[in-house]
Amino acid sequence: MSYRIVALLALCASTLLSQQTPSGTEAELNALRAAVKASQSAGDNAWMLMSSALVLLMTGPGLALFYSGLVRKKNVLGTMMQSFVMMAVITLVWFVCGYSLAFGEGSRFLGGLQYLFLNGVGAEPNADYAGTIPHQTFMVYQLMFAIITPALIAGAFAERVRFGAMILFCTLWTFIVYFPAAHMVWGKGGLLNAFQNGPIPVFDFAGGTVVHITSGFSALVCAIYLGKRKGYPVEPMKPHSLVLSFIGACLLWVGWFGFNAGSALAASGLATSAFVTTHFASAAGAVSWMLAERFRTGKASALGAISGSVAGLATVTQGAGFVAPYAGVVIGFIAGIVCFYMVTVAKNKLGYDDSLDAFGVHGVGGLMGCTLTGIFATRTVNDALKNAAGEPLALGWVDGNTTQILNQLAGAGIGIALAVVGTLVCLKLTELVTPIRMEVREETEGMDLTLHGEEGYNFEA
Amino acid sequence: MVKIEAIIQPFKLEEVKEALKGIGIDGMTVTEVRGHGRQKGHKEMYRGREYNVDLLPKIKIEMVVPSSRQEEVIRTLSAAAKTGKIGDGKIFVYEVVEAIRIRNDERGETAL
Repeated sequence: MSYRIVALLALCASTLLSQQTPSGTEAELNALRAAVKASQSAGDNAWMLMSSALVLLMTGPGLALFYSGLVRKKNVLGTMMQSFVMMAVITLVWFVCGYSLAFGEGSRFLGGLQYLFLNGVGAEPNADYAGTIPHQTFMVYQLMFAIITPALIAGAFAERVRFGAMILFCTLWTFIVYFPAAHMVWGKGGLLNAFQNGPIPVFDFAGGTVVHITSGFSALVCAIYLGKRKGYPVEPMKPHSLVLSFIGACLLWVGWFGFNAGSALAASGLATSAFVTTHFASAAGAVSWMLAERFRTGKASALGAISGSVAGLATVTQGAGFVAPYAGVVIGFIAGIVCFYMVTVAKNKLGYDDSLDAFGVHGVGGLMGCTLTGIFATRTVNDALKNAAGEPLALGWVDGNTTQILNQLAGAGIGIALAVVGTLVCLKLTELVTPIRMEVREETEGMDLTLHGEEGYNFEA
Repeated sequence: MVKIEAIIQPFKLEEVKEALKGIGIDGMTVTEVRGHGRQKGHKEMYRGREYNVDLLPKIKIEMVVPSSRQEEVIRTLSAAAKTGKIGDGKIFVYEVVEAIRIRNDERGETAL
């Protein structure tokens, strides 16, 4: 609202001025244009800085609490550190070359090096990405996505990976998987970038493919490659504090508004639509997971409710700014049921130890979300894609574009292939430097003591 | 002297303490313990994984009293800890050979 008021004031001021000096019309018009531009930028920038903070909030403390509550208490700090250290390390990588490799102008697959050390990334907007906010705001917003993505993978190797090895693996992973994925889908000239003439146009509003498919499938590879936790599944490994997980999941829900609505890159109507759709999907996911649980086991659990909401959120991410709110409900509902089946039935049958269900929720949710976006994406929500005559193009199946779903699947396939191969490469490279798994003795004693020399709970102190 | 050891339901602790105070028993040691007798545990379910929890949280109260008060203490304790349902716990009684107050080396019942 505020920029409209400022614009109005500017208009009044210029009208008054023009009565006094009719000759300066052109100059006044220019001043007016500048004032309108500045005030719109102020509104958009405020929302985008807020969104950046919200997305950071998802990693710490959101994901840190969600994950650490699900592990045994001897691993609570180690698990929190896996999230927190990404906030520190990936930030530095992003500053040095990460942003440039993801969003610089380069090939179809990877960005160039023109933004090395954020050279030239300042207050001036970059019209290729977001024309109304400082380029630096766009940069820091995207950084928060680069932080949470590798942090999500940690759910698959929870309770058994050494600290240094985890940092090395995740850093390599951002280079080999994340930067290429982000560049292909969102970067200028990217292979899958629907808005900049990518040959395979994929609609990925907030990172269903870039974040959830890549991290989810990488998580599956890690879980299988690194093996089960010692004692799994015979020894009891109950979540040590669902209270922590509960708070974490609620923070994730809130932070996701920055993630999805922020991906409009402006304080626009599209941001509102994405906000509402996101919220509806989370609610529907929680309800459908609880229902599935109620019918299968007789009880709707707290862990089920929060897992369902996260599943709904992960699944709606890809379509948040392309699909209408009703589709958010449908997507969330499907997500809750399918992810419930994946983590409670399929995982136990297949026998891998994806400790905190990074694959079952993010991989499966991301893949479903990518596909469902091909069905529900509509120009009534997002009219950014136009033909030569300036009319909005049909997006998904509901608009009559039945082939978009194939593009979406192709995008998902590329994302999965990149994640699987890239993760294997990163694991092998890490092993050249340091063993990844903790020793049996260390695993028994717990990460907190053996990796960090502390304990999470010192009740006698 | 006898040592009376009672395993009770955790939520009964306050009631038992008050009842014992009522008959003039002040000294006791309380420990949080886990265990089960005939009472079976319960099932918990986390994302489809089932856990049988058979060791349940209990409270153990230990106190040493003059032999003459044994029956009175047992009656009071049992009445206060009783719900009539399975899982109420058990009371054990042991002979105590000697009691010494560390502060001033008093011995026997005066040390209690």
